[in-house]
Amino acid sequence: MTTTDEDTASTANTDLGTDRIQRITMPKWGLSMESGKVTDWFVTEGDELTHGQDICEIDTDKIAGALESTWTGTVRALVVDTMVEVPVGGTIALVADVDVPQEEIDAALAQAREQLASGDIADDSGPRLATVEVNGTSISYAVLEPDGESTGAPVVFVHGYGGDKDSWMFVQEPIASDVDRARATYALDLPGHGSSGKVVGAGTVESLAATLLGFLDALDLSTVHLVGHSMGGAVVTAVAGNPGAAGRVASLTLISPAGYGPEINADYIRGFASAETRRELKPHLLQLFADQSLVQRQLIDDLLKYKRLDGVDKALATLSGDLLDGDRSGIDVTAAQASFAGPTVAVWGAQDRIVPASNAAALDGRASVHLVDGAGHMAHMEKPQEVVAAIREAIGSG
Amino acid sequence: MATRTISYRDAVNEALAQEMERDPSVIVMGEDVAGGVAGDGDDDAWGGVLGVTKGLYPRFPDRVLDTPITESGFIGAAVGAATRGFRPVAELMFVDFIGVCLDQIMNQAAKFRYMFGGKAVTPVTIRAMYGAGLSAAAQHSQALYPVFTHLPGLKVVLPSSPYEVKGLLIQSIRDNDPVIFLEHKAMYDVTGEVPEESYTIPFGEANVVREGDDVTIVAMGWMVSKAVEAAAELAASGIDAEIIDPRTTSPLDLDTILESVEKTGRLVIVDESSPRCNMATDISAQVVSEAFGDLKAPIKMVSPPHVPVPFARSLEDLYIPSPQDIVNAAKTVTDWNG
Repeated sequence: MTTTDEDTASTANTDLGTDRIQRITMPKWGLSMESGKVTDWFVTEGDELTHGQDICEIDTDKIAGALESTWTGTVRALVVDTMVEVPVGGTIALVADVDVPQEEIDAALAQAREQLASGDIADDSGPRLATVEVNGTSISYAVLEPDGESTGAPVVFVHGYGGDKDSWMFVQEPIASDVDRARATYALDLPGHGSSGKVVGAGTVESLAATLLGFLDALDLSTVHLVGHSMGGAVVTAVAGNPGAAGRVASLTLISPAGYGPEINADYIRGFASAETRRELKPHLLQLFADQSLVQRQLIDDLLKYKRLDGVDKALATLSGDLLDGDRSGIDVTAAQASFAGPTVAVWGAQDRIVPASNAAALDGRASVHLVDGAGHMAHMEKPQEVVAAIREAIGSG
Repeated sequence: MATRTISYRDAVNEALAQEMERDPSVIVMGEDVAGGVAGDGDDDAWGGVLGVTKGLYPRFPDRVLDTPITESGFIGAAVGAATRGFRPVAELMFVDFIGVCLDQIMNQAAKFRYMFGGKAVTPVTIRAMYGAGLSAAAQHSQALYPVFTHLPGLKVVLPSSPYEVKGLLIQSIRDNDPVIFLEHKAMYDVTGEVPEESYTIPFGEANVVREGDDVTIVAMGWMVSKAVEAAAELAASGIDAEIIDPRTTSPLDLDTILESVEKTGRLVIVDESSPRCNMATDISAQVVSEAFGDLKAPIKMVSPPHVPVPFARSLEDLYIPSPQDIVNAAKTVTDWNG
């Protein structure tokens, strides 16, 4: 059983002696995150919080990002100062209605600070991890399930080349905790990536699409909203356009998708695959983001650890052989997208140096396209609010 | 990448087991590695004096070879087997015993590729435990890695965590040159996150354990954890230390050290081996000749005194470089006023 931050807050309220005070806790952005620090507060005591508003900037050892509110009410207390390391699940702020007396807030504040000082914080947030066998390959995924019954179709996230399920850390939770619809969200590791099996077989967009369909079958997900980034964008498009999957895909959200034009940074694809050391890998990773300061030591280390697993070099080499045709894109999914009847929404970082935004022309008149300034190839990490908004637009009322 | 927390000891065992599973030419040999009497069940209870090879004999009975107590014999046999297509992992127990078989390593294994014009390769890994800290006395406590680093033709590995152990040991086994793989005897129960899958860490790539702007601390093996403790105390005094673990002393990733010194201008080297002609003096000399202009203060070396490792626990504690020693050295260089 997993919970959103909101749920964590409500279960923990009993500790604080009142159910009228909600705790804003340090989120778990990524399965390996243990702590983070608030680098900047965007709200102050007395501010009214609305759903979707940015509360603060949080820096983890991997990446910095804004915490989006899933709470409504009045900010009554900021529990922690900026630049202080706070464990995941630790209370960073208190939210309550204005009529909750100050004494109750003070007591809750004292208790929250005591809890932080004692280090006795249960980290029960974040998605549940599981694996499922698909066509002979073990597929690892992270799932967030609603407390009660689902009222919306599940959302399935598919990462890009060299990425993994952790890359959805800023996006998966806000979608899962949408107030109007309770729904499950799944982020999977494609073959050759993350914790999934490292054998990619043919290693083509078609073979990855077959794995994704097999994943949906294995988990009995009859209708889904698909979200794909880069190579994952091509994979979800291939599934949506597959006549065998007709009616199963309710919507498509594409983030800098591959397969929509000839332009692709072939040096990045090949360089990422061949880099063996931190020194070789870092210049390639810098190209992923508009804000290069986001490429922190831990991000590079984690990618190196992944790349050094047996079989990953071969998997990446096989996949890059399909993605590239010389220095141009080797794949084209525009026909698959054209045959998909449901809504398609695309998000493209204006500073994308891997799959440039010029490729979005292929979606003219076929999709709602959002060009995001201040984002590179990783819009879902640099500007997650824009991506969350795009997914909500694609999902609509479904 | 599916990780879980395991010990330094279990990381050695897992690396051996996964490589033996993957490659039938990998053999393990040494004193008591099969469990004393080369049996299974209770006979396998020990798994080497370190308990590290426990469980390997029942799985690979033909490839876990108990040897007589004769290092000169089985190290020579391992070197010879390596030239004939095996990938032997020979366990020397205490590195201090290497004296009786140094010819096989220094004058044979290390020289074959060169002497035979590249026609012979010697993919042998020699595992041994090193270092002070368990009150094992002067003949069982030395940190002899500078001796091996001195010899061209050998690769020298000092894993500082369970993650490093597994990746560097698998790399050692797959490497086509003789590798001296040194496990610190005080670290076997240290735990850390390790992927379940097989993976390698390349030789000659330092790990930046902690980033900082004020002082570079180069530390290896057990000393990395001492440096991490020191850095936490330094941070409380407003000094931001960068910690670099070379992971292998041969080859040595001097570039990462130089890059860091260029940034911080101050260098402390922590080395558990005897202070004359050790890694601290070597790195110090190389940094001075390559980056003299970047240094804002003299380089400080934190090493034990030039004496045999004491047996008495109280004296051994004084002998081993401590976090406080590292803090003092770092403050000396950050306070330096020329």
